[in-house]
Amino acid sequence: MKTQEKLKKLGKKLTSEAKKGKNPNLDIPTRSLSNVVYDKKAGMVKMGTSSSKRYLFNVAHIKKFVQTLEVASTAKELLKVNKHLNLREVYYRVKRTLPGTNINIVDEQTETNKAIEDLELITGVPREQLHINADKEGVAAGKVIILDKGDTINWSKLGSGGWSVPSNVENIKFKKVNAKFIIYLEKMATWERLHEDKIWEKLDCIIIASRGQATRGIRRLLQRLSTEHKLPIYVLVDGDPWGIYIYSVLKYGSISLAHMAETLVIPKAKYLGLSADDVTKYGLEKHLIRFKDVDVKRIKQIRTYDWFKDDKEWQKQFDRWKKLGGKVELAALTSRGISFISDTYIPEKIKKKDWLD
Amino acid sequence: MVVKTAEQLAGEQREISVAEFFEKNRHLLGFDNATKALLIAVKEMVDNSLDACQEAGILPDIKIKLKIISEDRVKVTVEDNGPGIVKEQIPRIFGKLLYGSKFYKMQQGRGQQGIGVSAALLYAQLTTGKPTLVISRTAKNKPAYQIILRMDTVKNEPHVIMESKYEKRFADRGTYVEMEIEGKYRKGERSVDEYVKETAISNPFAKITYHVNGDKITYPRIINKLPKDPKPIKPHPHGVEMGVFERMSKMTKSKTTAGFLVKDFCRVSLGKANSVLKLAKVRPNTKPKNLTHKEVESIWRNLQKTKIMNPPTNCLSPIGENVLEKAVEKDLKTEFTAAITRPPSVYRGMPFQIEVCIGYGGELSPNSPAQIMRFANRVPLLYQASAGAIQKEIQKISWGQYHVERSGNMPYGPYVIIVHMASVWIPYTSESKEAIDPYEEISKEIRLAIQDCARKLKKYLAGQKRRHLEAKRKGLFEKYIPEIAESLSYLSEENKAAILKSLQSMLKKEKIEGEDDEDSGETEETGEEANK
Repeated sequence: MKTQEKLKKLGKKLTSEAKKGKNPNLDIPTRSLSNVVYDKKAGMVKMGTSSSKRYLFNVAHIKKFVQTLEVASTAKELLKVNKHLNLREVYYRVKRTLPGTNINIVDEQTETNKAIEDLELITGVPREQLHINADKEGVAAGKVIILDKGDTINWSKLGSGGWSVPSNVENIKFKKVNAKFIIYLEKMATWERLHEDKIWEKLDCIIIASRGQATRGIRRLLQRLSTEHKLPIYVLVDGDPWGIYIYSVLKYGSISLAHMAETLVIPKAKYLGLSADDVTKYGLEKHLIRFKDVDVKRIKQIRTYDWFKDDKEWQKQFDRWKKLGGKVELAALTSRGISFISDTYIPEKIKKKDWLD
Repeated sequence: MVVKTAEQLAGEQREISVAEFFEKNRHLLGFDNATKALLIAVKEMVDNSLDACQEAGILPDIKIKLKIISEDRVKVTVEDNGPGIVKEQIPRIFGKLLYGSKFYKMQQGRGQQGIGVSAALLYAQLTTGKPTLVISRTAKNKPAYQIILRMDTVKNEPHVIMESKYEKRFADRGTYVEMEIEGKYRKGERSVDEYVKETAISNPFAKITYHVNGDKITYPRIINKLPKDPKPIKPHPHGVEMGVFERMSKMTKSKTTAGFLVKDFCRVSLGKANSVLKLAKVRPNTKPKNLTHKEVESIWRNLQKTKIMNPPTNCLSPIGENVLEKAVEKDLKTEFTAAITRPPSVYRGMPFQIEVCIGYGGELSPNSPAQIMRFANRVPLLYQASAGAIQKEIQKISWGQYHVERSGNMPYGPYVIIVHMASVWIPYTSESKEAIDPYEEISKEIRLAIQDCARKLKKYLAGQKRRHLEAKRKGLFEKYIPEIAESLSYLSEENKAAILKSLQSMLKKEKIEGEDDEDSGETEETGEEANK
């Protein structure tokens, strides 16, 4: 069924309920820790089966009910005129005050963000297909040629900027992929370092970066490259709980996007660094930044995740980090030489298969 | 230095009359200052009128007028439609202190002492020098008489200045009293205004018209039925002090001591009298006059120790739950009113009965402490609130439990709390008769009655809160519905007006669910991801 049809069907369901004098309601799968399961076999966090009803005539539900409805009609409008809005723009499109009151349909963007996720769950359509995008913030380089909206783009011929990854990569076609692996970086600065060193040319790889958590567009791009071209993905992040969590989301998924696990999760992702062992191996002890209380707390949380808690290697890592008592940034590798990361660190680690899985 | 002999001194000493005594101690009657004096004067005159009407079985119609002559001088007139006073009686009623018919009676009544309207006359005379004018008529076929009189304070005797037929128009029956006193008219708490308002509530069978200079307030009659006449009762042995008991033994008409106990007291049977006298070692047929002081005391002590049936309670005349509720509703324009009349109870051998009424909302002020109105035998008590049992009990109630806000120790908001004590004898804390002594039995009854009313109030307030919430919720949905109809119409591609209509008809029927915000423990993750 076409996305527009799905939205119309949703509207018809609610309308007919109202006409029958039945309290119109939306059935929304529960997005909470209690309703996600780690599917060990598939290696990803998946949605459970519990759901909750959201009613129109219920004081506690009405606001969210209306938000979901408003987001749905915004999506319908976007599909009709074949245009896209990003999350912030959707927020402004929906935001207004009920006439004669001081009640706002939405107060904060987080409310429309949630409503959009709800709509994805209700319709089973990812938001990109509802023509709602996130801000794009990703960049790629390598010996890859793609087709995007009729344009042929060569990732190796884009100067110092690289290819800017759009928020929706569903319609990208890979014409030619000449690479042995992909390096994903959480820092734009590190990507620029590797790009300047032409590491993708020297090592036959693709380098992709985002800021912090990977956007859905980047995750989807990584997943497609990983599955369609059987490329291993090496994740390179700061050596701290937040870096490890970025890796965790890429590889296993997250609670809030459990419903999209199949299209986003990359089970073949590997943790290249920075590991606790790197700190001693590459003499970075003096660059340790002492953990704050929140860091220690976060490590404690992460190490109990289903996919980490029985993994001896990872448990060892967490113990070592705890012992080190501080974190190390990717940029710290520069202390060993301007291009140390491209010339020594990455080739050595990959050659020695010095990663965590 | 002149030395005086005992004889000379004795010559200077003379008896002081009651009137002379009060001339020097007027605060004992409540005339301590000009503001209070005005109130007391009005109160004595109105009490007199109400009593007269009630005794004669006439529904009272009372007109009170204050004419403010200067800053501290007021002309007070009170006119009633009572039975009138025979011409010969007028001077004694108005011009002689302690002249009355109630002094030795155990009966529920407004005043408990003979000092009444004559004290007001005395006060007028003392402060302005002006005599009092009384006009009275006892029947249509009889003439009205006017008498202008003063009091001879040395002799405690009335002194008539002028007496004549009143030739101008006068009502068919009734009494008119006019006096000019030193007094200050004020508004607010403890004012004459407040006294009149409260009197109207506790005497709903009376029509009261109240004028201050040109302004007029009318309190209409709320029920057309006089309360049942309170019956006088004989004293109960447990309610009599030793001194009074001894005086009664000297004044009794009974020939024997046993007879004295049986006839002059209630609930004493001959058997009971004999057993008490046996314990007291007094022969039952001793002439009461011949009893020694020691014997009297022994009888009294043994009476106190003996268990005696409680006094009869049919001597009480409460206002009544329904009547009180109606009066408060009409006079104070409350939104909700609940009253309770407790069953009669007994303290120290005295039967009494407590009534409480709580009013809420309407024209009561929401931004002030609750109004407290205290009554003893239908008379408003305006002074010394904090000294009495009523305020003490109100403060002890946990008002929060009844959804009533409080400020300090007192309930706060649009509330009025009315407490009435009816008894043959009200135990006041002092001579000015303004606060009820907190006897344990009395306090308990007050507490139970307040709690009872407060429970009814709580139920009402909870209902009101629910109705308010329900209305608020419906209002919320009314605002949302047009927006919902708009979106639904766009999504479903169906007619907007039809959707709007079905949603609106649902709102009318639907009981809106939901208390507070939806549970949404959602995710443990940071918000960052949701934006990506």
